[in-house]
Amino acid sequence: MDLNLSAEEKLFRDELRAWLGENVPKDWAEWREKPLEESFPYLRAWQRKLDEGRWAAVSWPKEYGGRSATLMQQAIFWEEMARVQAPPMANALGLGLIGPTIIAYGTEAQKKRFVPKILSAEEIWCQGFSEPNAGSDLAGLQTEARLDGDHYVVNGQKVWTSYGWVGDWCELVVRTDANVPKHKGLTVLLVNMKSPGVDVRPLRQMTGESEFNELFFRDVRVPVENVLGKVNDGWNVAVSTLMYERGSYGARLHLLFKRNIERLIELSRTFQRNGQPAARDPLMRQKLAQCYGEIEIMRLNQLRAFSRITATGVPGPEGSILKIFWSELNQRVQQVAQELLGPYGQLVGGDSRAVDNGIWSYGYLRTRGNTIEAGTSEVQRNIIGHFVLGLPRSY
Amino acid sequence: MEFGLSESQQLLKDNARKFFAGECPMAEVRRIMETDTAYDAALWAKMVEQGYTGIIFPEEYGGVGLGKVEFILLMEEAGRALVPGPFFSTVALAGTLIDAIADPEQKKRYLAPICAGEARSTVAVLEATASWEPTQVQITGVNGKLTGEKLFVTDAAVADWIVVVARNGVFLVHAQAPGIKISPMSGLDLTRKLYSVRFNNTSAEKLGDADGLTRALDVATAALVGEMVGGMQRTLDITVEYAKTRKQFGKPIGSFQAVQHQCADMYLETESSRSAAYYAAWALEENAPDAAVAVSIAKMYASDAGRTVGNRGIQVHGGMGFTWENDVHLYYRRAKASETTFGDASFHRERIARLAIDAGTASAKSA
Repeated sequence: MDLNLSAEEKLFRDELRAWLGENVPKDWAEWREKPLEESFPYLRAWQRKLDEGRWAAVSWPKEYGGRSATLMQQAIFWEEMARVQAPPMANALGLGLIGPTIIAYGTEAQKKRFVPKILSAEEIWCQGFSEPNAGSDLAGLQTEARLDGDHYVVNGQKVWTSYGWVGDWCELVVRTDANVPKHKGLTVLLVNMKSPGVDVRPLRQMTGESEFNELFFRDVRVPVENVLGKVNDGWNVAVSTLMYERGSYGARLHLLFKRNIERLIELSRTFQRNGQPAARDPLMRQKLAQCYGEIEIMRLNQLRAFSRITATGVPGPEGSILKIFWSELNQRVQQVAQELLGPYGQLVGGDSRAVDNGIWSYGYLRTRGNTIEAGTSEVQRNIIGHFVLGLPRSY
Repeated sequence: MEFGLSESQQLLKDNARKFFAGECPMAEVRRIMETDTAYDAALWAKMVEQGYTGIIFPEEYGGVGLGKVEFILLMEEAGRALVPGPFFSTVALAGTLIDAIADPEQKKRYLAPICAGEARSTVAVLEATASWEPTQVQITGVNGKLTGEKLFVTDAAVADWIVVVARNGVFLVHAQAPGIKISPMSGLDLTRKLYSVRFNNTSAEKLGDADGLTRALDVATAALVGEMVGGMQRTLDITVEYAKTRKQFGKPIGSFQAVQHQCADMYLETESSRSAAYYAAWALEENAPDAAVAVSIAKMYASDAGRTVGNRGIQVHGGMGFTWENDVHLYYRRAKASETTFGDASFHRERIARLAIDAGTASAKSA
């Protein structure tokens, strides 16, 4: 056990620092408050620049434009990006989830066709997984693809699609065989979102914004060469995408959480409670300290998981505790923020008295989604119960 | 950066597990805990043979000279086995304080016999106020004498000497010295006995000033958290095993989500405590700037988690969990005692607030 950076890790960090020092845009602060629709070209340009420096997908193998970075180096990457307050990358799902899946399962032709444009943000990717009747029970999905000559014809509906409105391509899970057990009749298709019959509608969520879309497919024709992996082996392909989702994502989140608690501590010096700054109120001190401590434990859990994955080669089901931990913690932190801010906590962006332009009222609502998205807390606990602790399947 | 255990660390942990499983199975724990002092000379001698009593102390005093990470791995296994008796008091408490505070001559006299397994010892901190804040201590050494009463002193009846935290420094008192009266206090944890120790003009040797005391107590606290992690792990293991075999409605109860999710939470709480404990030990070993915060974070989390894991374990066991015969309550008792030892979660949250909120710096070092 040695938590100091190795020589190689230091080298990686220093090279990145130097590059960021010269290349990170200085005007991101002016853009970050704007709606994503407006700032998207800016984010594309930023990702292109990162790609030119070979920094867009450090975790990818070198031969595909990455740096074959270890998990620890990935953690360092996100930490450095946060340190200089770099903008996010436009093609987040393509880089984080779908690119790695194509690299793992794709044909040479598919890799050649899709991977470079994922890196350069020339083509934005979205994911068509969940459906109105297939959430936690993803394998029960109903969107069907029927073979017609050298094309599949797709009919069905997907929900909770991030980047659907700007997506050029979609990693779509469809049912190709309805006569076999549900996990065995699925296939993954790479679908051009500009195809006739694809309809994208905004899905307004409880925060009021439309971060996600609903996708409708009516007789959409997809050439057979766009099958990713084997026909009827889509479950394994999809699960591998979900594994990437649970990989280094937490490292990025930790930095966000750390900024949140630091900001709350700062606010506690000015917000009053019982006639004194909240920072001196015994109860608020307890609550802030609890958040502070748990955010640190989140980081430590993450680092231990990275070491374990590095040793075993694959992210195991133990990773489910990371998801439960961060999502439930984020909700607790937001509740503490509400207690700290009192009536001000409810004010939304645009109100002249809103604290930090309403990020806390927004966060309070948005974090309810944390224990639902990317595998509900219930599903994560099922995974731990069955796959980690060896208890009998509960469903 | 590597958060996994090295080969030698893993070996030490595995060996400790095997050793305790062989020499201190639950039947032995139950036998020893029924004695007045929960001290078993034969078990002690075997632990000495393993070098456990000198594990973190310098070789010049007969110790093994290993680091704090190795130490808490050993404590974890000791906690897993619910090892009764004065190992924790002697090594994690007295030995650590003597090593941190005493001069070389005193270490030869007091630390060397601990390493050699010839002496047992403990530390007396709390008084009637039951405050873990060393500044709240009232007893004061005057002309080499102590007068007053210390409470909740673990294993005092089998200690050869008692290290006393006083207002004006840290003192050492021989347990047989005139004017000392050691009386049992009856606590929940049957494996670690508590005593009141009254001094009446009792001769005491000053080991040093209180500088270094906080840090030594941090090492002891990290060791305790390691031990708590072991207790949680064993409670989890026993509970999962039970959930796999106990049947109701024709199925193992572990197939019901209400039960399964309790077990999943026990796992999450145990693993998170472990992450925090290992990091605290490493930060202490490296003298990292956030070592004190790291220790408080670990104790804060484990204090609550230890109790919660026990609550869940008993609940999953149903009626069986409420019996004397089942082992879960023995761990539950230890967890309750450990929860308050060196300060409970609230105590450490306030300490984190002082270190992280008042100081104006969020000092947790990041990667």
